[in-house]
Amino acid sequence: MSTDPGASRDPGPPRFDLDRAWCVDERVAVRPEPFGALLYHFGTRRLSFLKNARVLSVVRSLADHPSARSACAAAGVGAAALPAYERALATLAQSRMIRERAGREGTGS
Amino acid sequence: MSLVEQFERGLAAPICLTWELTYACNLSCVHCLSSSGRRDPRELTTAECRAVIDTLQRMQVFYVNIGGGEPTVRPDFWELVDYATAHQVGVKFSTNGIKIDAEAARRLAASDYVDVQISLDGATAGVNDAVRGAGSHATAIRALGHLRAAGLTGFKVSVVMTRHNIGQLDEFKALADAYGAQLRLTRLRPSGRGADTWPELHPTADQQRQLYDWLAARGEQVLTGDSFFHLAPYGGPLPGLNLCGAGRVVCLIDPVGDVYACPFAIHEEFWAGNVRRPGGFETVWRDSELFAELRRPTSGGACRSCGFYDSCRGGCMAAKFFTGLPLDGPDPECVRGFGAEALAAADRTARPRPAPDHSHRPVPVAIGPRPGGPGRACDEHPLAGLAVAGPG
Repeated sequence: MSTDPGASRDPGPPRFDLDRAWCVDERVAVRPEPFGALLYHFGTRRLSFLKNARVLSVVRSLADHPSARSACAAAGVGAAALPAYERALATLAQSRMIRERAGREGTGS
Repeated sequence: MSLVEQFERGLAAPICLTWELTYACNLSCVHCLSSSGRRDPRELTTAECRAVIDTLQRMQVFYVNIGGGEPTVRPDFWELVDYATAHQVGVKFSTNGIKIDAEAARRLAASDYVDVQISLDGATAGVNDAVRGAGSHATAIRALGHLRAAGLTGFKVSVVMTRHNIGQLDEFKALADAYGAQLRLTRLRPSGRGADTWPELHPTADQQRQLYDWLAARGEQVLTGDSFFHLAPYGGPLPGLNLCGAGRVVCLIDPVGDVYACPFAIHEEFWAGNVRRPGGFETVWRDSELFAELRRPTSGGACRSCGFYDSCRGGCMAAKFFTGLPLDGPDPECVRGFGAEALAAADRTARPRPAPDHSHRPVPVAIGPRPGGPGRACDEHPLAGLAVAGPG
């Protein structure tokens, strides 16, 4: 299995701020699958995947929440599971599948 | 269940698929996997191609690998590329470079959603042209020059590895670097005209080892289209999914709309349906009996007891089929030598024949062959560049 080559160029562990506002990059397609979802970035031409329905729910609702933390809470992610979701989101941010957005940008709710 | 096991059971839609737009080609490469040359008069029309793209958009197929034949000789080639990208279907296309002039290069440089790979099977004209035909090296180099001049970077130089070019690995890398391109090396399959030339062209066991070591040392700098997973037992998997995606995560649509399990398996045995039939491609992908069979867990057959089965997964289905080996046994290039043994014992006259044959007739007739596109050396495996970076 491959890893994102971007990872090797990036010094240090991926940083991710749960308290900022995020959204799926405009150039990313998200396709649900029985195991979760596949993501494809048309710009980087990289594929990634989500391993379950809950993380898909988090990712899809990012744009509707003022913070990633709020999106996780709304999807039913408990405190114990939050670090795993934070790591997952950090990986997606590092591969540019999701990006930070301005506070009011794209807020749908 | 691991992700690979999930993938082996099939996806809701292909991640990507190979779409041969035409069998017409200006070249007659001796290893052409689709035996291309002459245009098939039943080729899908522009309207039918658009309808296929509409279906792919609905199914969220992320991108298509367009090939042929030489796809750029279709008069509606750019129109179809634009239609696909306007409908969220990305395009990667393979070409011998015949139509990549300055204007085409500028057009490509302007789009994020189109990727191009230039086929080249020798770093030198001598090695390349022996396989792809006189002048084809110069054509490819001219195309690379136009792409570089247009400011494009990261396009692909795509090489099918043969006995005669494995000694040029470093030269290929230097050539790709010089043009700002990325090198992609893929496996020679005994498909199409390759069925007849594979015995003389495929790498020797020593060369396979040399290739594996070279690739392993370069990681993701060099793409392989996931095509060398049968070499994983040498020392672990190369970057990629390392599985046979046929009918599970990839497939082929040919110029007349026939759907096959993979680009290297154009044979009735691997025919799944036709996009012109009711229900179109979507129905073929979901309901084809062949694909259902390919998505069932396999026993591993004769390879099950081998300690390396989990890394090579028995190798390439098409390579086994067209060399006359059983599908549940070793790959003809099995690194432990079981394939070579099986080949030596097999009856070569009983091998299945690739079909159909669109080769230019050996003796030109009065009307002559139609001008066409490239006899592509190889088709990229659709899973090239897969990053497994998922959360959860």
